[in-house]
Amino acid sequence: MSEIVPPEVRPKPAVPAKPSHVAPPSSVPFVPSPQGTGGEGQGSGRGSALFGYIGIDTIIEQMRKKTMKTGFDFNIMVVGQSGLGKSTLVNTLFKSQVSRRSTSWSRDEKIPKTVEIKSVSHVIEEGGVKMKLTVIDTPGFGDQINNENCWEPISKYINEQYEKFLKEEVNIARKKRIPDTRVHCCLYFISPTGHSLRQLDIEFMKHLSRVVNIIPVIAKSDTLTLDEKTEFKQKVRKELEACGIECYPQKEFDEDMEDKSDNDKIREAMPFAVVGSDKEYQANAKRILGRKTPWGVVEVENPNHCEFSLLRDFMIRSHLQDLKEVTHNIHYETYRAKRLNDNGGLHPISSSGQDTQESNL
Amino acid sequence: MKEPNLEGYVGFANLPNQVYRKSVKRGFEFTLMVVGESGLGKSTLINSLFLTDLYSKDYPGPSQRIKKTVQVEQSKVLIKEGGVQLTLTIVDTPGFGDAVDNSNCWQPVINYIDSKFEDFLNAESRVNRRQMPDNRVHCCLYFIAPSGHGLKPLDIEFMKRLHDKVNVIPLIAKADTLTPEECQLFKKQIMKEIQEHKIKIYEFPDTEDDEDSKLIRKIKEKMPLAVVGSNVVIEVNGRKVRGRQYPWGVAEVENGEHCDFTVLRNMLIRTHMQDLKDVTNNVHYENYRSKKLAAVTCNGIDTTKNKGQLTKSPLAQMEEERREHVMKMKKMETEMEQVFEMKVKEKKQKLKDSEAELERRHEQMKKNLEAQYKELEEKRRQFQEEKANWEAQQRILEQQKLDASKTMEKNKKKGKIF
Repeated sequence: MSEIVPPEVRPKPAVPAKPSHVAPPSSVPFVPSPQGTGGEGQGSGRGSALFGYIGIDTIIEQMRKKTMKTGFDFNIMVVGQSGLGKSTLVNTLFKSQVSRRSTSWSRDEKIPKTVEIKSVSHVIEEGGVKMKLTVIDTPGFGDQINNENCWEPISKYINEQYEKFLKEEVNIARKKRIPDTRVHCCLYFISPTGHSLRQLDIEFMKHLSRVVNIIPVIAKSDTLTLDEKTEFKQKVRKELEACGIECYPQKEFDEDMEDKSDNDKIREAMPFAVVGSDKEYQANAKRILGRKTPWGVVEVENPNHCEFSLLRDFMIRSHLQDLKEVTHNIHYETYRAKRLNDNGGLHPISSSGQDTQESNL
Repeated sequence: MKEPNLEGYVGFANLPNQVYRKSVKRGFEFTLMVVGESGLGKSTLINSLFLTDLYSKDYPGPSQRIKKTVQVEQSKVLIKEGGVQLTLTIVDTPGFGDAVDNSNCWQPVINYIDSKFEDFLNAESRVNRRQMPDNRVHCCLYFIAPSGHGLKPLDIEFMKRLHDKVNVIPLIAKADTLTPEECQLFKKQIMKEIQEHKIKIYEFPDTEDDEDSKLIRKIKEKMPLAVVGSNVVIEVNGRKVRGRQYPWGVAEVENGEHCDFTVLRNMLIRTHMQDLKDVTNNVHYENYRSKKLAAVTCNGIDTTKNKGQLTKSPLAQMEEERREHVMKMKKMETEMEQVFEMKVKEKKQKLKDSEAELERRHEQMKKNLEAQYKELEEKRRQFQEEKANWEAQQRILEQQKLDASKTMEKNKKKGKIF
């Protein structure tokens, strides 16, 4: 088997651009543009002095308009034992009924005997931006008595999506916009035992952290008191480190100091302890999402109660695009290189496995 | 039976007091087993139930245990309250349900329970039965993870295999995860599944007392009990309560509206402890015993190792026993006959031998006698001979004498002349 060396991180393609959440740079002091955004996109350091306003930075606006027109895809997979609140969390994240359970919900659905892969797609719109969200659910994971290799169907599915994309890419007459069904993000739900990771968790993450972006979350974290929470998180982090499991955001893909510091902060807070709810309650004269118990209301969006808002901001508001990029540039490329390298093992593509266009007969 | 009226105070109403005093002196034993996946709060619940730290803070938690196989560990503790001693044994099952492949993780548990039954059976059959400690498992608390959906396949398998060996009481662990509505739905779902799979959990006995039966009905509606455990004391509105402190409130352990912990404690310790022991003794132990003894008499070998279910009805079992008994009898008969024959042969042989011996001796004696006879004859002959000789000699002598006298006469006649 040939050595698989993940290719160098290619420079980011011009489309799509990084969301502009960076602080205005101070490296170019005399650009008399209305605001200092986008200065980074053209390369840091002293550029040549500009004597007037050219308007290069409007490329951001143009990109934005384009993206709004085309919309984009996002595929999220949720993995965990049944009853950990996966569907509820996804509903809460996207503030709508997008999970599998909402479309065909029945409480006494029997636990399937093998792991199944079920995906549900919705198009949601916000501020003129359309997103085709696909939620891939894995009922039956970890529920059997014998859970050997229950990650295999999942691994197979992920690779199948890569394969589909590869086939489309390798066509002579390529589609203008290849439908992207690759899994961009996998939320792995950890059961809140308060002690440590289960054997099954470690096995799954070991097998899949190199193939897809895994974000571990602690499910139903309203079981844990604050002390128990911090202790548990520390233990989980230590165990993941000890087993060599790299979750998203991976340390090796940090590009510069800013990225690193941002991501470090996030890594310190991971795994996020979340609570999901799609019911609203009245509290402090506001209607908030929460869970009502006889001893109080657990507010989902209150950072003192749980880290749901952190997760949402991280996943959607700051790193959504990054998730897609890492999937495309790193995981997909790894798969592609592997596929094209060992042609003999898997189904070969119609002709020689070089980087040439082939006809799809 | 006649029920005569007593005309005065006899005093046997004091009998319960005597029993009470004796039992208090003897002390009580109770064995409780807790089964469930790691992290469901079993140790915390035990500590809360008995208000002691049976599992101290430095008891190695599941993260430090090697989760290779399911272990069965027991810890004994002696607690006293109001002069009553209780030897409490807690049996823990670390590693249950934690591996990736959990097939047969119930086997060590079943083996443990059976071994305790066997110990008791042997102790009962001994000659000296004075010290008979009762180490049988009286109650098994099974912890169900609060998924909110239903029972997992592992739960169902375990309870199916253990419901006729021990009193199984299912509990919903970490119940502060569930809102009251979710809890209700979950309980209903669990009870439905338990009935579907025909699992026999511990049933509270019906009493004739009206008040008690109302209480029992209330408890039955709440099954399975949703519990929360904690030994941390927190102050709420000026009261000190045991509970768990969250940013949004305090979940009180002993508050009936928050969880069913008090129901469990009352049921387990205050009202039904003796009943649990009785059911263990009368039902589960008897089942084990009859299975084991039937196996031994049937085959002469201990077949209790392979635990098949008793698939024959009692009548068929009796019929078979009878047939076997008859066969055994026949066998014994033939055996005895054989033995008899053998003995007869032996005896005959012996007799023959002794007869031969006698014959021989007879012969010998005869010979001896003949020899003696011959000797005697010989002697007699000799004697006769001698006698004849002697007589002859005597005669000769006489003759000589006569002759001599005759000659003398002659001589006298003649001679008188001289």
